[in-house]
Amino acid sequence: MKPSTAYRQYHPKWYRTRVSTLWWSRKWSYLKFMLRELSSVFVACYVVILLLQLHALRGGPDAYQGFQDWLKDPWLVILNGVSFLFVLFHAVTWFNLTPKAMAVRLRGKRLPNVLVAAPNYVAWLAVSALVVFLLTRQG
Amino acid sequence: MTDSLSSEMPSHDVLLVGGGGAGLRAAIAVSEVDPNLSVAVVSKVYPMRSHTVSAEGGSAAVIKEGDSLDEHAYDTISGGDWMCDQDAVELFVNEAPGEMLQLEHWGCPWSREPDGRVAVRPFGGMKKERTWFAADKTGFHMLHALFQTSLKYRSIARYDEWFVTRLLVEDGRVQGVVAIELMTGKIQAITAKSVIICTGGCGKVFPFTTNANIKNGDGMALAYRAGVPLKDMEFVQYHPTGLPFTGILITEASRAEGGFLLNKDGYRYLQDYDLGTPQPKPVLRSMELGPRDRLSQAFMKELEKGRTLEGPYGPYVHLDLTHLGKKIIDTKLPFVRELCLKYENIDPVSELIPVRPVVHYMMGGVHTDIQGATPLAGLFAAGEAACVSINGANRLGSNSLTELLVFGGRAGRAAAEHALQDKPLSAGIEAQAADEKKRLEREFLHKSGGTEPIAGLRGEMQSIMEKSAGIYRTGTLLEEAQAKVAELKERFRQVAIQDHSHTFNTELTAALELSYMLDVAEAVVECALHRTESRGAHQRIDFPRRDDERFLAHSLVSHRPDDRPRVEYLPVTITRWPPGERVYGRPAAPAPPG
Amino acid sequence: MAETITIEVARYRPEQEGEPALQSYEVPLNKDWVVLDALNHIKDHVDGSLSFRWSCRMGVCGSCGMTVNGEPKLTCATFLSHYAPGPIRVEPLKNFPVVRDLVIEMTDFMEKLQSVKPWIVRQDDPAPAKGEFLQTPEQLDEFKQFSMCINCMICYAACPVYGLDPQFVGPAAIALAQRYNQDSRDQGEQERMDVLSQHEGIWGCTFVGECTEVCPKDVDPAGAIQQYKLAATKEWFKSFLMPWSKQ
Repeated sequence: MKPSTAYRQYHPKWYRTRVSTLWWSRKWSYLKFMLRELSSVFVACYVVILLLQLHALRGGPDAYQGFQDWLKDPWLVILNGVSFLFVLFHAVTWFNLTPKAMAVRLRGKRLPNVLVAAPNYVAWLAVSALVVFLLTRQG
Repeated sequence: MTDSLSSEMPSHDVLLVGGGGAGLRAAIAVSEVDPNLSVAVVSKVYPMRSHTVSAEGGSAAVIKEGDSLDEHAYDTISGGDWMCDQDAVELFVNEAPGEMLQLEHWGCPWSREPDGRVAVRPFGGMKKERTWFAADKTGFHMLHALFQTSLKYRSIARYDEWFVTRLLVEDGRVQGVVAIELMTGKIQAITAKSVIICTGGCGKVFPFTTNANIKNGDGMALAYRAGVPLKDMEFVQYHPTGLPFTGILITEASRAEGGFLLNKDGYRYLQDYDLGTPQPKPVLRSMELGPRDRLSQAFMKELEKGRTLEGPYGPYVHLDLTHLGKKIIDTKLPFVRELCLKYENIDPVSELIPVRPVVHYMMGGVHTDIQGATPLAGLFAAGEAACVSINGANRLGSNSLTELLVFGGRAGRAAAEHALQDKPLSAGIEAQAADEKKRLEREFLHKSGGTEPIAGLRGEMQSIMEKSAGIYRTGTLLEEAQAKVAELKERFRQVAIQDHSHTFNTELTAALELSYMLDVAEAVVECALHRTESRGAHQRIDFPRRDDERFLAHSLVSHRPDDRPRVEYLPVTITRWPPGERVYGRPAAPAPPG
Repeated sequence: MAETITIEVARYRPEQEGEPALQSYEVPLNKDWVVLDALNHIKDHVDGSLSFRWSCRMGVCGSCGMTVNGEPKLTCATFLSHYAPGPIRVEPLKNFPVVRDLVIEMTDFMEKLQSVKPWIVRQDDPAPAKGEFLQTPEQLDEFKQFSMCINCMICYAACPVYGLDPQFVGPAAIALAQRYNQDSRDQGEQERMDVLSQHEGIWGCTFVGECTEVCPKDVDPAGAIQQYKLAATKEWFKSFLMPWSKQ
C-alpha cells in the first residue's frame, strides 16, 4: 500500500489508488445508489413506527390516542414525510429493476423494458386506489 | 551476477507459443490425449486478446444435405490455384465437420436455423453454402468458447503476457523456449519436450492490414532462426474490403449477403475482370463472391484506369450495402454496422462504405507435415503461423478458422505423443538460455546510444513491402526490396531504446517484434523473387502466367546466418484433382452438346 | 500548422516513482484519430517509454480500456475530436492495481472467471459425431447478449462495489456465468450457484447499474446479476419449503 516501498528487480511494484471517502458524490448514478442504500434507514423507521402503533393498539383506546397525538409532533410529521419520499424512491427504483431481473418473452420476442415494469405500477396504483377507497368510505 | 536460470526452470511436457484459436485447441487436445501431461500456454497477450478474436465471417465445414466433402476439397484446391497439398485438403475437409461439432458442444454460439440446426451462409469462392457463423463475430465467439473451455482443464498452465524470444534447440531437437515475463522483466527459460508454434500471422509487415498490432510473425521468425524452413511465404492474401485508414476488416459476409463493389462511377467493375455478370442477388463463385486474390487484383486494375476514388489515405472504392435494408444489416451484419459507425462515422444502411484491399492473411508459414510436425524434432506448428498447406496460393474465406481447429487439434495430439517418448533435457540447454539472457541485455535492455527509432525502421519496412511485395510484383521492385530489407536489418543493430525498465517494457517488445518482422519480410521477398510465375496471390507483372512445369511446388526458404536465405522447392502433392483453370462466374467447361 | 490537442497521460514507472503523475503531450487533432492513435503517436514519435496495452483497434480484443476524462472507455473507440479543444486526461482503469503507466493488473479477474465455471457442463456427454445440440434462434437469444463480453474490464472500473471490496466476483464474471446458465445446452446452473450465491457473489451487488451503462458491447451485466438474484431466491425458497425436492 505504501507508495514508498522500494522497487526490487523482477518483482512487481503495483500502485493502488485508494477509493476516496466521497467517491459517491462524483456521479449522479453513484449518488442515486447511495440514496437508495440510505432509504433502508427510513424504511426501518416506518417499520418501527408501525410496531409502536400495534403496541399502542394493544394497550387500549387511551394508549392509542396518546400514540396518535404523538404522531402529530412536527418532527414526526417531517420524519414521516421524508420517509415517505425515500420509500417512494426505493419503490420506483425497485420497479424499474424488474425488466433487468426478468427477461419476459412473448412469441419469441423480448418485451420492451417499459412493458415489463408497467404491471408493477398498475398494481401499485390499484392497491393505492383500494386503500383510498377504504379510507374514504370509513370517513 | 550469478543469476542462475536453471534453479527455477519450469518444465512442461508440451509448450505452446501463442494462445489464440490454434493454441487453445492444441492445448485441449494434449489434455485429452493424456490429462497427466502438463501443458504450458505461453502468450504475449492474455489468450482472449489473441487475433482469432477479430475473425468475422465464419468457418467452413460440410454439414448440409446437397453438399459434399469433395466439393469442399475442390473449392479449396481451385481457390488455392492448385498449390494446396491435396492429401492435406482431403484430410482437412474430412475432419472439419467433427471439429466444428465439437466446438458446438463446447458452447460456441453458432447462428441457427429456425428448427435449431446450425445455419450456414455462402462465402467467397465456395460453390455451396457451408460457412458456419456466429453472426459476424465468429472468431470472437470461437476464441472465447475455446478459452473458457480450456479453463476447465487443470493440466493447462498459462504464462499470460510472456514474450518468447528464442527456441532452445540442442541435440537436434527443440527443448523449450526463453521468454520475458512482461510484468516483472524476468528472463526465464521454460523447458518442454514438445513445442507448438501457434503465433498466427504477420500482417504488420505491411502498412495497411486487417491484422492486429500483435501480428508480427513472432513464431515464424523463431522457427526460421532455429533453422526450420518457412514455406510459401510469397503468398500474402489481400482482403478486398478493408476500411482505408484503420485497415478494419469489412467481412466477406457483407458481400455474401448481397453487397456490391462499385468504382467511382457507381459501376460494378468486377464484371470487367472475368468474374461473371452482375445479378441483383449474390451468385456463388461469381462477381463479388469471387476469390479474394482476384478481387484485390481487379481493384489494382481499376486504380490503373483511374476509376477509383481518392481519399486522405489513398485510393479506395465503395462497398454498397444500402439496398439490403436496415433489417438484413442489423440481423446478419451487426458488427459491420457497428464498425462503420464507431470507427469511420458512416452508416452502411444509408451510405456507401469506402474500402480498399488490405493485407489480411499469410498463406505461408512454418513448414509442417499433416501432423503439424516441422522438420525439427519436437517442434510443431498450427494455424496461420504454419503452412501445411491447405491454403495454397490463395486461401478461401472461412477455411482458416476451421484450419486452426483441425490442425491445432492434430498438432496437439502429435505433440502429446512426442512428449510421451520422454527424452531427457540436454546438458547444454541451461547455457543456451543464459546466452540468450545476455544477448537480450546486451542488444536491448542495457544498450544506449542507438540512433535508429523503431517506428522509423518499421515504417520504411512497411512501405517497401507494400510497394514491392504487394498485390502486383516485378523482379526489379523485389530486388529493390531485397536490398532495402537487408539494409534495414543492418540498421536495426543501431536501434534506439530509451526504455530500460524491467516493468512492462513495451518498447523492448516493439523492438523484438520489429526484428521478427524483418526476418519475415526477408523470407517473403526472397520467395517472391524466386517464383518467376503468377499464381493466386502472387502476381508477377514480368511473369504473368502460371508455370506448372517449374512451379507446381512449394517454396521452402531457410535462414542462413551472414548470407542470403536459401530457397528450395518441394513438389505439391496432387491426388485426385489435376491442375486446371480457375474459373469464376461462368461454367468451368463448355456445356456438353444436347 | 495543423491543429493540436493536449493529452495528459498518467505516468507511473515503479522503478523511478512512488506514485503516478501526469505528463502532458501535444498531439495532432486529426479527425480520424481515436485516443489510442494519439497514444501510439506519442509512443512512436515522442516518448518510446510510454506503456499501454492494445491490439486489434476494432473494439473486440478488449485490451485498450483506460480512463478518459474520468470515464472508463475503450480508447480505440473514443475519438479525439469528441474532446476538442481538450485537454484530454488519460489514466489507467480505476479499481485495479497499476503495473506501469496505463497498464493495470487483472489476474484477479482471470481467477474469478475460472471460479464461475464458464464452460458447458453436461451430466451426459454425447459425442459430437452424433450431431449438434439443437438450439432454436430464440434459445440462442436467451444468452447471446451475455456472450458478447470482451473482458475489457471497463465494468469493473465503473463498479464501486468492486472498488470497495475486491472480493466481489464482479459484473463480467457473473454475466459470463449467466451466459452459460441461460444456454439451453448447459446443465451446470447448480454448480455455478454454489459459487455465486455466496456473499461475494451476486449478493455483493447493490445494483448501482453503472456496469451496464459503461459496457461498450451492451452486455448488460447488471441485468445478469438481477436475473441471478431472482433465480437464487427462488432456489432458496424452494429448498426451504420443499426440502425433499433437492436430490
